[in-house]
Amino acid sequence: MEHTGTLERILRAVALTLVVVFFMFPILWIFLMSFQTNETILRVPPSMVFEPTLANYKALITGKLETNAASIEINFLRNLWNSVFLSVTSVSLALLLGVPAAYAFARHKFKGSEDIAFTLLSFKFAPPLLVLLPLSLYFQKMGLADTYIGLIWVYQLICLPLILWIVRGYFEDISPDIEYAYRIAGHSWFATFRKIALPLAGPGIAAAGLLAFIFAWNNFIFALVLASADKQPVTVGALAFVTASGIQYGQIAAAVVMSITPTLALALYAQRYLVEGLSLGAVKG
Amino acid sequence: MSDHILSLSGVDKFYGRVNQGVHAVKKLDMDVRSGEIVALLGSSGCGKTSTLRMIAGFEEVSRGVITLGGQTINRLPPVRRGVAMAFEGYSLYPPLSVRDNIAFALKSSSYSATQISDKVNEIASMLEITDILDRYPSSISGGQQQRASLGRALIRDAKLHLLDEPMGQLEPQLRALLRGRIKHFIKTRGLTAILVTHDQAEANALADRIAVMEDGTLQQLDTPEAIKDRPANLFAGTFIGEPPMNVFTAQVTVSDSHVHFSLPDDVTFTFETMDFSPAVLDAIRHRTHLVLGVRPYAVRRAPSGVSATVAVNQWLGDQSHIAADFAGSSIVLVEHDRAPVSRGESIQLHIDPANLHLFDHTNGRAMSHGPNLAI
Repeated sequence: MEHTGTLERILRAVALTLVVVFFMFPILWIFLMSFQTNETILRVPPSMVFEPTLANYKALITGKLETNAASIEINFLRNLWNSVFLSVTSVSLALLLGVPAAYAFARHKFKGSEDIAFTLLSFKFAPPLLVLLPLSLYFQKMGLADTYIGLIWVYQLICLPLILWIVRGYFEDISPDIEYAYRIAGHSWFATFRKIALPLAGPGIAAAGLLAFIFAWNNFIFALVLASADKQPVTVGALAFVTASGIQYGQIAAAVVMSITPTLALALYAQRYLVEGLSLGAVKG
Repeated sequence: MSDHILSLSGVDKFYGRVNQGVHAVKKLDMDVRSGEIVALLGSSGCGKTSTLRMIAGFEEVSRGVITLGGQTINRLPPVRRGVAMAFEGYSLYPPLSVRDNIAFALKSSSYSATQISDKVNEIASMLEITDILDRYPSSISGGQQQRASLGRALIRDAKLHLLDEPMGQLEPQLRALLRGRIKHFIKTRGLTAILVTHDQAEANALADRIAVMEDGTLQQLDTPEAIKDRPANLFAGTFIGEPPMNVFTAQVTVSDSHVHFSLPDDVTFTFETMDFSPAVLDAIRHRTHLVLGVRPYAVRRAPSGVSATVAVNQWLGDQSHIAADFAGSSIVLVEHDRAPVSRGESIQLHIDPANLHLFDHTNGRAMSHGPNLAI
């Protein structure tokens, strides 16, 4: 029995290592690329040995991209700020709208409530390209094209369904009697929502918010079509490194490292909530 | 002049649309007096918890009126009804210790911190949870959580205390101990309480009156003794009492001197007409069929009587339960000594007419209890 146990442990360790290498290697390679020049990146065969340089990061921070042919102005830090602003604002708004809505769907069954909840979820089913053309036309007519408000609005398509469905599962998991006990002790339903339901669903709300933040941060297509360069996030901003004189792999790698750092840090910090929230959402949703 | 603190009149509860959804509570009329403990007793799904929740304000009243302290509360939110409730599912606040859970409802009251602490300690001592006051709900057993939940409800100064299955999770010994203490606590403080339970021992021990419910309908509301001695109908008769009342459908014949009840397998009970009041005789004279009910402890073995064959004889430590094949079905009798009879043995049974209950065989309504007409 003990022998089987050891063998099992070894096999499990090997399998886990393979999985980790498979998923982590691209990130490691990009991290290494970000400290190399285009020449060392493109050499054949590739090598792990190189002389590290901070030139790529310097180019991003100073906004001057030196290519073989010319010097190009880029505004990567602006893109980074746009990403932070758009993601934080969109998620905040989605939490503000989605959490009370999730509570309502969890606690108050009314005619058509399931249909409404499902319609909101169905926003996630539709491919973004399907809605982009009508959206861009509407946005131009409404003066929302190339505005932060327009982008934040359209980002609700990404954030709101996620938050609604994950948080709804959490609220449904809390016994209504806990809230009744609080209400009967002399509190209004709103006080009960704030003091009992919200804190108890805290981990779920955190997980949903985190996930929505990652999805919003990673969005590419909406900002590509609906915003111009000064409103675009890093995912679109990275296109600037595809220049007439070639693809600037080093700068792209540095941009990727800088753009994934906030979400990676956030995910690592709150991974326990994320796993809990996702698994509960999967079961309940 | 009424001393009723709570009154339900014509209360209906539909889940779904009125007249179309599930009809959980049907035309309930019930009054609770100030300082009284009333138990809502019935099997699962009989409407007792729905009734409690309508009183608390967690369920809408589909039809009818509920008044508390003279005020109609149908549309009043729970916060303004002035009721306290112990929940079947405990529903303690997870982030608070047991002490804080119990004290919680008093935080916004006019009591000082010392008074609150004294009250919590008193309740905790009564409920045997002093040693877990500083622990959190997730780290204590279901029985302890239930007692904490009970404490949280009882500590409040409310017009009405609603207790939903308050002792379902407790060990039998602790349950017996706490029944006495809780009743004493409620009575000495003059509190009014409604208790929901499916345990008739709990209802008998705690309640001044029991409301027997079945299928959303109130079957009888009376003292435990009255329900046992004078059940209003067949359901109340068979639901209350352990083991349940023996019932047999019988053909009835009334002559000048005797009343004969003929059961299947040629079994006949014959009583003298003087065993029944004239009113009872008048009521049954023109009937062809009736339902006879007799409690197991009122069936006696006798040297002569109607024959039955012992199927099972169980000694429960303090009484014998004998089940015997009788009149095409079975009859159960209880004796307080160890009965020296065994399976297959023939025994003679005697029923004292004073212990006989007669029910209408079409609608189950009680017609008589012993010699007297049922009211």
